[in-house]
Amino acid sequence: MIEITNTRMNHLIDPSLYIWGWEIPVYLFAGGMVAGMMIILGFFFFKGREKEADCVCAILPLLSIIILSVGMFALFLDLEYKLHVFRFYTTFIITSPMSWGSWILILVYPLLVVSLLLRPPEFVVKLIPQIEQYSNKFKSNRKLVKSVGVFNMVLGASLGIYTGVLLSTFQARPLWNSPILALLFLVSGLSVAAALVHMISKSVYERELLARTDNALLVTELFIIFLFMIGMVTSTKIHQDAITLLLGGQYTAVFWIFVVLMGIIIPLIIQSLAVSHKVKHTAVAPLFVIIGGLILRFVIVYAGQYSSWY
Amino acid sequence: MNSISRRRFLKVGAATAGVAVTAGALYKFTQQGVKISNTIPQKGIYTIPTYCDLCFWKCNAIATVKDGKLWKIEGNPIDPMSKGRLCPRGTGGVGSYYDPDRLRKPLMRKNNRGQEEWVEVTWDEAFTFIADKMNKIKTEYGPEAVALFSHGIGGNFFKHLLKAFGSPNLAAPSFAQCRGPRDVGFRLTFGDDVGSPERTDIENSKFLVLIGTHLGENMHNTQVQEFSAAIERGTKILVVDPRHSVAASKADWWFPIKPGTDIALILAWINVIVNEELYDKVYINKYAIGLDKLKQAVVNNTPKWAYPITGIKAELIRETAREMARYKPATLIHPGRHVTWYGDDSQRSRAIAILNALMGSWGRKGGFFSPVSLDIASYPYPEYPHSEKGKVDNPNNKYPFAHETITTGIREATISGKPYPIKGWFVYATNLMFTLPNEDETIKAIQNLDLMVVVETLPSEITGWADVVLPEATYLERYDDLNVEFFKEPFVAIRQPVLEPAYETKPGWWIAKRLSEKLGLEKYFPWENIEDYLDTRLKRSGYSIEQLKKVGLIKGDRQPIYFDEGVPPEFPTPSGKIELYSEQLAAYGLDPVPRYRKHEEPPPGYFRLLFGRSPVHSFGRTQSNPILFDMMKENEVWLNRFVADKLELKSGDYVVLVNQEGVRSNKIMVKATERIRQDCVYIVHGFGHTSKGFVRSRGLGANDNQLVTKYKIDPIMGGTAQHLNFVTIERAA
Amino acid sequence: MARYGMAIDTTKCVGCMDCVVACKTENNVPEGLNRDWIQTIVKGEFPNLTMEILSERCNHCTNAPCVSCCPTGASHYHNGGIVLVHHELCTGCKACIASCPYDARFIHPEGYADKCTFCVHRAEEGKDPACVSVCPTYCMTFGDLDDPNSEISKLVNSRNNHTVIPEAGTRPNIYYLIGDNND
Repeated sequence: MIEITNTRMNHLIDPSLYIWGWEIPVYLFAGGMVAGMMIILGFFFFKGREKEADCVCAILPLLSIIILSVGMFALFLDLEYKLHVFRFYTTFIITSPMSWGSWILILVYPLLVVSLLLRPPEFVVKLIPQIEQYSNKFKSNRKLVKSVGVFNMVLGASLGIYTGVLLSTFQARPLWNSPILALLFLVSGLSVAAALVHMISKSVYERELLARTDNALLVTELFIIFLFMIGMVTSTKIHQDAITLLLGGQYTAVFWIFVVLMGIIIPLIIQSLAVSHKVKHTAVAPLFVIIGGLILRFVIVYAGQYSSWY
Repeated sequence: MNSISRRRFLKVGAATAGVAVTAGALYKFTQQGVKISNTIPQKGIYTIPTYCDLCFWKCNAIATVKDGKLWKIEGNPIDPMSKGRLCPRGTGGVGSYYDPDRLRKPLMRKNNRGQEEWVEVTWDEAFTFIADKMNKIKTEYGPEAVALFSHGIGGNFFKHLLKAFGSPNLAAPSFAQCRGPRDVGFRLTFGDDVGSPERTDIENSKFLVLIGTHLGENMHNTQVQEFSAAIERGTKILVVDPRHSVAASKADWWFPIKPGTDIALILAWINVIVNEELYDKVYINKYAIGLDKLKQAVVNNTPKWAYPITGIKAELIRETAREMARYKPATLIHPGRHVTWYGDDSQRSRAIAILNALMGSWGRKGGFFSPVSLDIASYPYPEYPHSEKGKVDNPNNKYPFAHETITTGIREATISGKPYPIKGWFVYATNLMFTLPNEDETIKAIQNLDLMVVVETLPSEITGWADVVLPEATYLERYDDLNVEFFKEPFVAIRQPVLEPAYETKPGWWIAKRLSEKLGLEKYFPWENIEDYLDTRLKRSGYSIEQLKKVGLIKGDRQPIYFDEGVPPEFPTPSGKIELYSEQLAAYGLDPVPRYRKHEEPPPGYFRLLFGRSPVHSFGRTQSNPILFDMMKENEVWLNRFVADKLELKSGDYVVLVNQEGVRSNKIMVKATERIRQDCVYIVHGFGHTSKGFVRSRGLGANDNQLVTKYKIDPIMGGTAQHLNFVTIERAA
Repeated sequence: MARYGMAIDTTKCVGCMDCVVACKTENNVPEGLNRDWIQTIVKGEFPNLTMEILSERCNHCTNAPCVSCCPTGASHYHNGGIVLVHHELCTGCKACIASCPYDARFIHPEGYADKCTFCVHRAEEGKDPACVSVCPTYCMTFGDLDDPNSEISKLVNSRNNHTVIPEAGTRPNIYYLIGDNND
């Protein structure tokens, strides 16, 4: 028998750590999703397919700016000393993933604006007709378009990886302390972004291409989750204890039902049937993927805070 | 347990759930501060020496005020008591000043007693009311009919007032509810008390036995400091306690004795020591009488006999008796402090005294030193009026060896009106509802009164029963009497105000003096103010108040404190010797040598209720102190883990304790632990407040005293034994 | 370079929480929050029990994750390796709280991350931290671990001791002295 008692009763730390509420999972989800969208739109720009991919190239940049802003606002809400928010940009701390993230986010915005200018959505053009001039000018420079594509992919990948690294470097929280988390969040972000496109796109080409891509991503995600679990289960005692939160512990049901079953397996089946035209394409599957992706962040953020060295 | 559930356990153990704490409340509180003082500079840091009032130890302290706000209180480095280090309560004394629940204005009862409904009055109105009532009682029943219950040095001015008024009935629960049996047991043996602070030389002991004394949880500052020094020096430590106390965790031997059987263990030790002639022969031959009779009396009390009674193996008893003797005379069997347990407590204390005598430890280094003090003159008061009737508490000398007044005796007289009626209670700084056993009797007594006055700093439960509540300033805002301590080094110490009294509170001396004027007893308070009083005493002794105010305490020359250093080995017993066999007791038909008598055991499904101390609270006096509240908000009931499993209870669950008479406690959290026997439960005393005035601490934890409905009176000195109650455990709704 | 640390003798500590109280008054730590605390670990079964009492606080790690993860440089190493927070740089992002395996940090009501400072204001005057100077069991020693002649170095080098969660790689600087036959 071991009895441990502790007289500390610090707000937000005891009885178990709870420093991050809904704001952080929402922020990580938004960041991951935007990362996925940037990679996808970057790919299309790079390949010069921006004309065929109306949704991806015209809508995603604007949507990314909006979603990222929502995520950033959530992050801002989480700050305890809001007036000091500017302090993120008075320094760069090389060892701090959050510092990296702050600067990545700052770079993402101009890139997305440039992307927006390359292929402005119609209503924007109607609103500000002068835009078309610039847009045409940029578009004629293929090198620039290609570069924008590359930058989007690189920065998108960085952003996606950052959302995972942010957590995985906290070795004090064993559940987070796995580099696979970065991969998981990146692939999940991609899959959510792909799902979003094939949900809202009106073009059959885009829809089917991204549904297929999404299926591949979902399979990959399952595989990564499997690796994540193996890594934890075969690691040290504290990691083993941490992963029991998802394997029998209190976050097991929500993880397996909402993240794996509803968020991955069911949409995977539906989308497989849809791309082979056995069922009609509906918004159900991608919606499930998106919601599953959001819940994944909630589960990981909450369960991770619950896991500790003690 | 895997670590996830272990962590959950940990956290449950840690979290005193059920209390919503707003982080930052105190922060804001101290930031805003209350009105502090006009005389104190509003910028910069300055310090004032005084002595502490968080418990009766009276450590000398230095309070620091920063920018006009009380910042911290530390030990006075020249103090022989604290050696510059206060205990957690003393350090947290800052919170007693900032306590938001403090009494602020004189209050008078609006409706029935106990309803806690008040009208705020002026001091003058309150004094007029009290004086009228007191004079009326004096006329009808005589001055003896007003009794005083007090605790601590602050009670001195009220004792003086009541003596001047003509009452001999002045009592403190520290005798009959606490240390009385110990002092009587040692008096009967050595002719002298253990005293307070105790004359135990723990620091130099080589073998230390603690019987139920949980040093470390009980924070008698010097004793804990010396205990730590003893550990460092490698002192052998033996702890006898049904609970694995902090002290037990430091011990070489822990005897988880069956509650109520300590005398059997001590007699078995004595048996081994006298039979194997392990005692200090020179010392015993020279200073003691009655060895043969002692030997005869304990002839059957062998370790083998004691084993089935105590649960301590015979070989262990024998081995430890020999070990004890190996280190004599620096073998200290600690006399304890709160010792009113089973009703034969004076006899148990006597057994401890005898064992110490056999070790030759009384008067010796590492045993019991002879305390020294400064010769400080008392104030030249006129003589008190003589009482014809004598004291009320101990009619016909029923408890022949009670050398102090018995609180419960006064209570009894108040109920019965015999030997004469008591019609007025004056209560100073003692929460009788938490102190006296069987609160129904206390309430019954109070209902018989014509006047009930309580002087307090906090709205403790007893204030709820008062007719008049007089709000006293805290120790940080007042002068008190000089502390002329009896300890290892002689000194005199001053308590002086660090801050001006907040709200409309007043110092005790001021209250007593003003009241004396209303009562026409001015001649007993001839001094203009407290400084005059203190200075008069000091000047008559060759010191001055100015001098003392600067340093806090003045020490006298080091004097011998052991026989070996030249203290005359005197034993003021009738025989002038250590009485191993007590003719005094025999004369009253009481056991001249302690005997083991079986105590009632808990019936199946019941557990003996034991109680003790927490290091961060003093009695029931500090639960509302915002700093100490933060350290411990509620008490837990310690329950053996195996028993808890059987009852399907786990740490953190809330339960209700129900005693043998069906009295139900407030809900209390379970601590399921290996650290206690299966036949008893343990709670820390002082929690479970019910007073409306305690905004935050009310309703947190359970009050052991409420469950102590059954008590037994020590026939030797009238102490009330409180460890006789049994409880069952019910899950709280 | 000095490296400040503490050696705490668990054989003497009684877990009275005087250290916690002293810290609260010395540093005006807000109600409901503690910079230090007592952890008690009981092992065994009745009546064969051992108990270790630990007075815990920020370990002022030499390899402090709270410093490396801080995005604004608010968390930093002060002279002597004391880990401190510049209040005016702190955004209250709580990354440092998440990063600390000892859960030693919290958010001060004013918005910044707060924790034990080793009473740097006292240390710089050559005084012991409040918790050390108040302890009635004299179980704590504060000093420079890099000075081989300091009291603390002698204790750490001569007595059996352990740190808390050294596996986390943080290189904590609070050493717990244990008995010779501690099991």
